[in-house]
Parts: sequence; structure tokens; C-alpha cells
Amino acid sequence: MNDRTSESLPQVATVSGLRKSYAGREVVAGVDLVLEPGECFGLLGPNGAGKTTTLKLCLGLAEPDAGTITMFGLALPQHARAARRRIGVVPQIDSLDPDFSVRENLLVYGRYFGMTDASIRARIPELLEFANLGGREDAKIQALSGGMKRRLTLARALINDPDLIILDEPTTGLDPQARHVIWDRLKQLTAQGKTLLLTTHFMEEAERLCTRLSVLDQGRVIASGEPRTLIAQHIEPQVVEVYGEGVEQWASGHAVALSERCERTGETVFCYAHDAGPLVASLNDWPALRHLHRPANLEDLFLKLTGREMRD
Amino acid sequence: MAASYLRVPRPSLRSLHVWRRNFMVWRKLAIPSMLGNFADPAFYMLALGYGLGSLLPAVEGMSYIAFLAAGTICYSTMNTATFEALYSAFSRMQIQRTWDAILNAPLSLDDIVTGETLWAATKSVFSGVAILVVVWVLGLAESWQVLWLIPLALLIGLCFAGMGLIMTALAPNYDFFMYYFTLVVTPMTLLCGVFFPVTQLPGWLQAVSAALPLSHAVAIARPLLAGDTPTGVPLHLAVLAGYGFVGFNIALVLARRRLLR
Repeated sequence: MNDRTSESLPQVATVSGLRKSYAGREVVAGVDLVLEPGECFGLLGPNGAGKTTTLKLCLGLAEPDAGTITMFGLALPQHARAARRRIGVVPQIDSLDPDFSVRENLLVYGRYFGMTDASIRARIPELLEFANLGGREDAKIQALSGGMKRRLTLARALINDPDLIILDEPTTGLDPQARHVIWDRLKQLTAQGKTLLLTTHFMEEAERLCTRLSVLDQGRVIASGEPRTLIAQHIEPQVVEVYGEGVEQWASGHAVALSERCERTGETVFCYAHDAGPLVASLNDWPALRHLHRPANLEDLFLKLTGREMRD
Repeated sequence: MAASYLRVPRPSLRSLHVWRRNFMVWRKLAIPSMLGNFADPAFYMLALGYGLGSLLPAVEGMSYIAFLAAGTICYSTMNTATFEALYSAFSRMQIQRTWDAILNAPLSLDDIVTGETLWAATKSVFSGVAILVVVWVLGLAESWQVLWLIPLALLIGLCFAGMGLIMTALAPNYDFFMYYFTLVVTPMTLLCGVFFPVTQLPGWLQAVSAALPLSHAVAIARPLLAGDTPTGVPLHLAVLAGYGFVGFNIALVLARRRLLR
């Protein structure tokens, strides 16, 4: 994994005015994106926001109804094949070959990129080391845990030494330990100069990894920028979450008076303020209530922008 | 976006990587796979050929088992390509997501469908050759010209791979394939001169038979095996190639509509 970035090009990818409808429903409704070399760009959004469809269009695997996509200076989907030579993909659904061992999976996948067997074999130990799968060359896929499979999928995506790695919900379904390992590896990749484009609905993941992100809702980009800047722009800096018996009475009196903004989700009241001191103090008289005082995070931004109702 | 689904196929040499991937899996499972493609038709041929054949006079001037041998080679190659293009290709497309993984690499769906077609046809050749060896050992092959059955098996394989992939591109699940077996493969096996001469059928069924590709395969295979010169070869080859070509193109359009949307 050398330190090859696309310095010759100003942008890795430029997407503008992207639209795609399925059966009369506009899933992607005018998306603009720019991917800068070496950044980790996040696409955030609730289920059905158009994240996966946007990725599919960025790989040239579907024709947009409108808009343009340029990847490494190549127009998509016309030059999709050439663009995909320089891209690695970690799909949301496991697509490892169950008939092959770990090594064979990498070997066969490398051949799709036109690599010689010798060059793939030379690369396998390094990739398995990176994926923390050293010594498991001959393991069968069925014998791997969910986290190992995802790491192998990441190693597979790196077989062609791509400049851009596209990851669709890379840690969904993984336990916290496995998730941290993936995060660590993705950070290593950005440190090596790779560009990452990932979708997620884990706000912690986006906050830790992404240099920039766009929030998608109903096919539209509703906010874009650096995570901390976006939070500062849209959300009061302090949050008090309150829950427990009697939270409604407390909220209707103190919360409305002492916070700048106050929302309720299920059993919990979220109070947003620049100074949460008076709010917290008011809770002293309500021993039945539990509370959490914390700085605003991406989840607050996300919920503010996309609403609190359930999405299916 | 209909136009983009309908454009002319543009497969590249990368389709051979798809073929090679399938071949690599087959090598691991070659013994059970060959048994399925070979043992079953071989038992039918031996049991019916000798058992039923001993009750019969000469059929079209040859022993019944010799008559049946040509039909067996044709229908077993048809079955091999059909099973591969239906169940195995569907598993790779829908269950294992192998096609999705390949599409993320610099291959197109045209490459994948082409690779799958070539692979199904290759398996047809394997099973055709296996039956041919049995036929040879039993002394039923009259001359070296039976080796022409190998390219014929390839063409039969391409024909039924193309047709079968249409069903795969349409299938919501494995059960869907029962329509194809019941409505296409079974009539093909029974009406195309595999087990008895087509001339024994009433006129209207003979007309149906003449429209089915397997009849044209049998019409070439039987004289080849008997040491005679087949007649009407260009027409027979054209029908097989035509079904395969049209099938492949329809399958590709349907696969694009299914996966590249």
C-alpha cells in the first residue's frame, strides 16, 4: 500500500445535480458532492435517504436520470469500467465467495482487475496482516466471524491498491470491538493518502472518521461540511437529556423556560442550551428524574435535520 | 432508460475471469458434479437401452441402445447447461452476491453473462464427453466422426445456457424454475427424438418437435454416431445457434434491467 494519491487531479470525484427515480419515486433528488483527495467523506441519512443508490451511481452501476458524475476525470457511467480499476468497494451485503478460502477469495478478486497471479500472491500477506487475518489464508469463509468477514471484504477492496475506497455501512451488524478495529483500519488508510467515501447511520462513526460529510434526507443533501462546524452551526453547544417518572411536568415548566430548544423522543426530553447550568440545577428538586449533561454531537444535528419520526 | 438496457452486447475478454472463477469452484466439487451430470443419464441409457431395447426390433436400422445413445448425449448436455444456467447461476447472482462483487471490479454485466454462458456450455461439453466415453466403451460408436459430437455438445450447451439465463434473470426464487422444467425441458426431452423416432408422433406434435432446438441436435448426433452423414446440417446448426443467440440477448437485457437499475 504505497502512498499514491491523485495529486494530478484537483478532485477525486465531482457529482452534480444527480437524480434517480424508481417507479415514480425520486430516491436521489438532486445531489451534489465533491470528493477531495485524501479525505474521508461521509454520507449520512436515515434508511431510504438515497445513500446506497448514490454509491451505486458513483460506481457507474446504474444510469442517472439527470446530473453528471466525474470520477478521476472520467465521465460516468460511460467510463465506469476504467474508473472502477481505481476504486475499492466494501458492500453492505457480504459477497465473499463461500466456495473459496480466504486466500482464494483475494486471488480470484485480484484477477478481475487484470492482475497476474504472482502480483496478487505477493500482495496477499500484507493485506491479511492489515486486516488482522494473518495465518488464516486457508480458512474457509464459513469459519470466519462477522468482523473477520468484514475485514476480509476490506482487504479484498484493497487488492488493486485503489485510490478511492467506497464503503456502504462498513460496521453495521458488528459488535463494538469489531467496529473499533474497522475504524482503526480506515484511519490508517486515510493516513496513507487514500480517499474514502462511506455511508453510515452511526453518528459516532461519522464523527470519528469523517473529515467532511453530507446529510441526506429524501434524496436531497440537507447539510454539508465538517462535523464540528456543522454541529456548531445548527445546534446549541450543550445538551441535557432527561428521563424518568414525572418528566412531562418538569419539561412543561422548567425545560421550556430554561432551554433554548426542547424536544421529546419517546421517554426522553432533550434540552438544548448555550448554558445548561440552570437546567441541571432545576433537576435537584426532581429526585425521580435521571439526566445526562453532554456536549452537542452529530446525532443531535442529524435528528434536528431529519426529524425524530421513525423511517422504514 | 430502456435504451441503455437494449444496447448491443459488448463482452470483453474479462468474461474469461468469470469462467475461470466457476471452473475453480468446479474443480473442488468435480466428483459429485460429474456424477450428477453423467451417472444419471448413463443409467437411463443402459437400463432402457438394454432392458427396453431387448423387447424392441431395430429402431431406424440400429439397436435401441445405439439409437438411445445419440439422444442421451444430446439431452444430458442440454440438462447440464440448463441446471448450470438456472440453479447455479441464480445462486451466484442472488444468494451469494458473486455477480455484485464482480460488478464492483472493472467487469461489466455483459462480461458476467457471457462468462456464465461459456461456463455452462463448458460443463455441457464435460458431460457430453463423459457419455461419449461410455458409448465408445460399449462399442456403439461406429467411427472417429463421433468426435464431432464434442463441438456439437458445445453448441447445445451455448443454446441452452442462453435460454436458461432468461429464466435466471427473471426468477424471484428457485421455485420459479419449475415452470421452465415442466413447460420447456420435459417436452423437449420427450418430443425431440431422444427416446423414439419423432416420426412416431402425430403430425401436429411433429410440427412442435421441429420447432424445438433439441430435435435439431438429435438430428445431427444420431447419424454421426451411426457412421452416416447427417443431412440438413446448416439448418440444424442455425436453429441451435439461433435459439442460443436470441436467448443470450434476451437474458442480457433482462439481467441489465434487474441489476443495473
